[in-house]
Parts: sequence; structure tokens; C-alpha cells
Amino acid sequence: MSSAIESLVNREYAYGFVTDVETDTVPAGLDEDIVRLISAKKQEPDFMLQWRLKAYRRWLTMKEPHWGNVQYPAIDYKSLVYYSAPKSVKPLQSLDEVDPELLRTYEKLGISLTEQKWLAGVAVDAIFDSVSVGTTMKDELAKHGVIFCSFGDAVQNHPEIVEKYLGTVVPHSDNFFAALNAAVFSDGSFCYVPKGVKCPMELSTYFRINSANTGQFERTLIIADEGASVSYLEGCTAPKRDTNQLHAAVVELVALDNASIKYSTVQNWYAGDAEGKGGIYNFVTKRGKCAGVNSKISWTQVETGSAITWKYPSVILQGDNSVGEFYSVAVVNKKQQADTGTKMIHIGKNTKSTIVSKGISAGEGSNSYRGLVRVLPKADGARNYTQCDSMLIGNKCGAHTFPYIEVQNETATLEHEASTSKIGEDQIFYCKQRGVSAEHAVSMIVSGFCREVFKELPMEFAVEAQQLLGITLEGSVG
Amino acid sequence: MLEINDLHAGIGDKQILKGISLRVNAGEVHAVMGPNGSGKSTLAQVLAGHPSYQVTKGTVTYNGEDLLSLDAEVRAQNGIFLAFQYPVEIPGVSNAYFLRSAFNEIRKARGQEEVDPLEFLDLVDEKLKLVDMDQAMLSRSVNHGFSGGEKKRNEIFQMAVLSPQLAILDETDSGLDIDALRIVAEGVNKLRTKENATIVVTHYQRLLNYIVPDFVHVLAGGRIVKSGGKELALELEAKGYDWIQTAGAAA
Ligand SMILES: Nc1ncnc2c1ncn2[C@@H]1O[C@H](COP(=O)(O)OP(=O)(O)O)[C@@H](O)[C@H]1O
Ligand SMILES: [Mg+2]
Repeated sequence: MSSAIESLVNREYAYGFVTDVETDTVPAGLDEDIVRLISAKKQEPDFMLQWRLKAYRRWLTMKEPHWGNVQYPAIDYKSLVYYSAPKSVKPLQSLDEVDPELLRTYEKLGISLTEQKWLAGVAVDAIFDSVSVGTTMKDELAKHGVIFCSFGDAVQNHPEIVEKYLGTVVPHSDNFFAALNAAVFSDGSFCYVPKGVKCPMELSTYFRINSANTGQFERTLIIADEGASVSYLEGCTAPKRDTNQLHAAVVELVALDNASIKYSTVQNWYAGDAEGKGGIYNFVTKRGKCAGVNSKISWTQVETGSAITWKYPSVILQGDNSVGEFYSVAVVNKKQQADTGTKMIHIGKNTKSTIVSKGISAGEGSNSYRGLVRVLPKADGARNYTQCDSMLIGNKCGAHTFPYIEVQNETATLEHEASTSKIGEDQIFYCKQRGVSAEHAVSMIVSGFCREVFKELPMEFAVEAQQLLGITLEGSVG
Repeated sequence: MLEINDLHAGIGDKQILKGISLRVNAGEVHAVMGPNGSGKSTLAQVLAGHPSYQVTKGTVTYNGEDLLSLDAEVRAQNGIFLAFQYPVEIPGVSNAYFLRSAFNEIRKARGQEEVDPLEFLDLVDEKLKLVDMDQAMLSRSVNHGFSGGEKKRNEIFQMAVLSPQLAILDETDSGLDIDALRIVAEGVNKLRTKENATIVVTHYQRLLNYIVPDFVHVLAGGRIVKSGGKELALELEAKGYDWIQTAGAAA
């Protein structure tokens, strides 16, 4: 491997700082009392507590799954802390009340909760450890009837919507990590776009894990009512720590008739050091339901961080003519492991899904694509297109693909394309011969490889993705 | 401008160039001819600084500087351009972006201001005409899905934009039909000045009807076995390479 490729892929993690804020933390370990304590701290209505307890009891009967192509030491669920909130952010009336230390953290992350994003037309809901610290643009959104707030606020102010949709896409019993999340989740984002409303701006959430030994369990629920549309981006970073941190989030999307939801993720959690020490375990359940006719849900993810990534943003295509999309870039380096992909479940007639997965493996990283396309008996005319490309940088990394197909309707059309390529010395030499540095050459080649995915990212975030990836997008996108 | 002295180079254990000496002055066009496998591309790649080839003996100076000690990108920034025999594809990266990056990195290395995308478009417009290429190809991925002829044209287009001091054209004529050949050759001729020089590597004499060389060198078995004026190319055309190779072996 050329030294340029090596130095590019071995860059220092720039977001590894720790923020010093006082936190309100519950004792380590998990039992029913902790679940009740979390619910009480959040002053939740009884339906929430009951739902959490139901999930907790279910979780006790479940086993941690191990079918992923990833290896990690056993997680000690008794030593985890299930709730940690920055003390200074309790009742927040305005941004001025946010701990300046927190705001500085966000600045370091390159996001400002205030004017800049407003100018960019972005509303930001920031999650610091487990509590939402401030939501901008609420008023502007409120004018259009869009509700965009922390999950906690939604439980307080719009309990009827939460109760109606919570768990309808990812049930409390869905899987081990989802059940754990349902029991102990502390906050997250909530968005409801009413009938016929096109959300006037991009919505964004920034997640950051700060405290040591905290599991971060957020829960996001986005509902686009009939004819509504919304585009949402989450970005993630975490400080460098020697120990691994568990991130087990749940995201539920619901699109009703003629509604569309675009959900983009730029994930750059700390990946651990060169020996594989530390880093985030990112075990996330993300699923969208195209509940209505002609609805559309599109996932775009750029996954560059985490020691282990294990996630399959999926779409249930229930409404006739509904559309599901999954565009993914997953980069692994050093000893990172990623097992990611999607599930497209075709239930309605003439449903259509598109999967474009780009895996980049460098160092000793291991990258697996795992995808399921299931066509149920009534899904006449269902169509799927899957494209699955891997790029290898160096000789010690690995790329694997596990495509699963289950078709129960003979009118379905499925297409699958796959490729594996290597960044060649010849490509780099060609660029260098034109005067381009090797480092720039690598970033150019990699972003060219990812182009079909990057062009799906909202414009405002293409730049952010570029910074997080450390690769140049300019000109090679769009 | 360029002085090659007793150059030996190869890959791994395989010796390919076995003592090449060549002097190129500003304003000159040199043709390097020879049968397949004689080492023409190797010479071109070694001059451009391809890392796979090791120089085992000899020197190359370029504008008085030791060329072999420079990294490939620095050589390019110093004005050396290689039109590849097999141009490389870079999927997903637009030609315009690629070329502007190259253009700007070269300018930066020379302490000049970078140009923005709009200025750059103006600049490339006339260069496109030079090789009769359509604007649309600027937004296509670098060489990706190009026909053989388009790739070669694209090389000359890049050369026109980067305006090198020393251009090395490796079999630029192969894969071109006669019209394309004429267009490309005319483009190269228009780029000729008193200050720059061109090394035209070719298997066939055909191209040299259009790009008329000042000197012709015949490469065989990693050595220059014969040098002469432009009439040498015609002689080769008539008698074939066997004639030279036998002559070379005898010499
Ligand atoms: N990358 C390489 N690895 C091994 N052998 C090579 C390589 N490149 C060239 N050669 C060998 O070196 C000799 C000269 O090749 P080349 O310079 O391409 O010749 P030409 O351009 O004159 O046809 C040939 O025998 C070829 O097989
Ligand atoms: Mg050759």
C-alpha cells in the first residue's frame, strides 16, 4: 500500500475531546427500579412506563444476537450506566441557557445551534449523551405545523401522537437491542409533519456520546402524515476513550399516503485506536414503514466511525406503489468492523426498492454488506434493484457480501449487481503524473467511488460529510 | 532540456532498459520507434516516475536538475507530461474536476493563483476545440466508458490544458482512425513552441506524417540501436523492424 493511502486512512480522530460538564447519572446496572427511575426522571405518563416495563421484561428473556460478521468481547450489561444527563440543561427556555461548555463542544464539532444553521435553513436538535439540549427553529417550524422536538418533550406535549405510533414500526419485542432501548431510552428526536406540509427546511440532529461507560439509547420517531414530506439528517461523534461504549438506538419512520421521508446519517463515532482498543459499538435498529399508498422512504448513510457497526436501515413497503431506497457508504479502517445493509420488505402492489451499497475497506478493517429483499405473495409487480460495490485499500482488509432474497410472487423483478475493486497504484500514478498529490488522488478516487451515494445527501450536508470523511467531494458530486 | 545518460531500468529482476542515452533540446520533436516489447513504454514511464520501475544505473537530468530524485507529481509540476498508452479510468470523478485539480495543483506548486471553476471552464473551452471534443465530455468520468479513441483524445486535451514543457506521447496514434489521428496530430502541432519539446513514442510511421520529427530513434532490446532524421522512419516503414534488429544485433 502506498504511503499516501496509509497516511490518509490513518488520520487522527479530530472529535475525540471530552467535555467537562456535571452530569445527573443513575447507578450502574439495570433492573425494574432503574427503568422506573428513568421514567420518573422524565415525568412520563403511565403508558410510557408500562411500555418500558413490558420491554424490559421481554428483554430479560432474550439473548444477545451473534449472527453478525463481527467479533467483540461480551458486553457486561450490569456495569453500564443507563441514564446520564448533563445537569445544567434541565428546563431549557432558550439557547442562552445552554451551558457554554456544551455550546463550545458543538462548535468544535463544527455545528452551531444558532444563526449559522438558521441561515443554512437547518433546524438542529442536539442530543448530548442522552438528553436533548436545545432545539432551534421551533417557531419557524411551528408556523407550518411541524413538530420537531426532543422525544421527551413530545411525550409531555404530544402524548397522543407518541402513543399512536411508538413501537408500530419497531415493536418493543423486535430484537435484543431494540427491547433494551425500549426499556431504558432516555431521549431522542421526534418529528411530526402534518397533512400536506412540505417541511420548509432540513431537520438535523447531532448525537454525541460524552460520559464514560454510558450506553446511549436514543429513540427517534418521525411521522409524515398524508402528502407530507421531510428530510432529516443525523450526525454522530464521540470522545476517545479506552473502553467501548454501547450505542443502541432505535429509529422509527412512518410515511402515510403520498408522504415521503428522507433520512440521512453521517456517523463518525470514535472507532478505537490502531490496536482496536476503545471505540463505539453501534448496534442500531432503524426501520421505516411506507404505510400509505405512493409513499416513499429513503435512507442514506455514510458510516465512517465506530469500532463495530451493526445496522440495517430497512423499509416495509406496505402501501401500494410505495418506494424504498437505501444508499450506503461504509468505511472501515484499522480494526473496525461493519456489518451493515438493509431489508426491503415488499407487501403492497407495484412496490419498488433500490439498494446502493458502497463498502470501503482499509487497514485491517472488515466490511460486510448484508441485505434482504423479501417479496410477499400479494406484492404483484414488485421491483428491486441492488448494487453492491466494494473497494479495497491495501491487503489486510476484508469485504464480504451476504445478499438474501425471498420471493413469493412470481411477477417480481429483481436485479443484482456487485463489484469489487482495488485502488490501484496505476490510478494513483495517473493522478500524480498530472500533478495531483497522492493524498488528493486517493480522496478523489474514493469519492468518485461513492458518488452515487453522496449525491443523495442533502446539499447542506455534503460539506459536513466531506469533513467527516476527510475526502473531497467537490466537483465529483452532482 | 532533457539529458538521459546510460539509463538502465527494470521491474523486479527483469532488466528492460539496458543503457539508453538521449538528449532533447527545447523546440525539438523526437520520435522513439521500435517493435513491441522493446522498452518504449518503460522509458516513458521511467521518465514520468512510475514507482514500479527501478533505475539501476545511469542519470537523467531535466533543466539541469536530477530528475530521478523527484517524485512523479513534482516532475509533472515541473512540466513533464505523459500521454499514457493505456489511460486509466477513474469512475465517478468528472473530467472537469480531475483536470481542474491537476491544473490548480500545478499552479500552486509554481506559486500561482488557483483558478475557480468558471474561469477554468473558459480556459478549457478553446482547448476542447483544439482536439474537436464536445463540452459534454467534461462532465463524464475520467476515461470511464470512453472508447479507445476518446481516451487518446482526452490525453491530448489534458496536455493542451496543462501545456507542459516536455510532452511524452506513448502510442497516442494506436486506436485512432485516420480522421482522429489527423485531429490529434494537428492539436499536438499547434501546441509546439520554441520553448517546449515532444517525445513521440510510436510503433508505426503513420503518425510521423503528421507530427514531423527532428530526430528518430529506434529502440530494440532496451537499447537505442539507430538514430537519424525523419527519413529513418520511412526507411523503417519500408524495410520493417527486422532489418534494424539484425543490424542492432550485429552492431
Ligand atoms: N509491469 C511490468 N511487469 C513485467 N514486465 C514488464 C512490465 N512492463 C513491461 N514489461 C516488459 O518489459 C518489456 C518492455 O515493455 P514495454 O516497455 O511496454 O515495451 P513497448 O512499449 O516497447 O512495447 C516487455 O518485455 C514487457 O513484457
Ligand atoms: Mg508500449
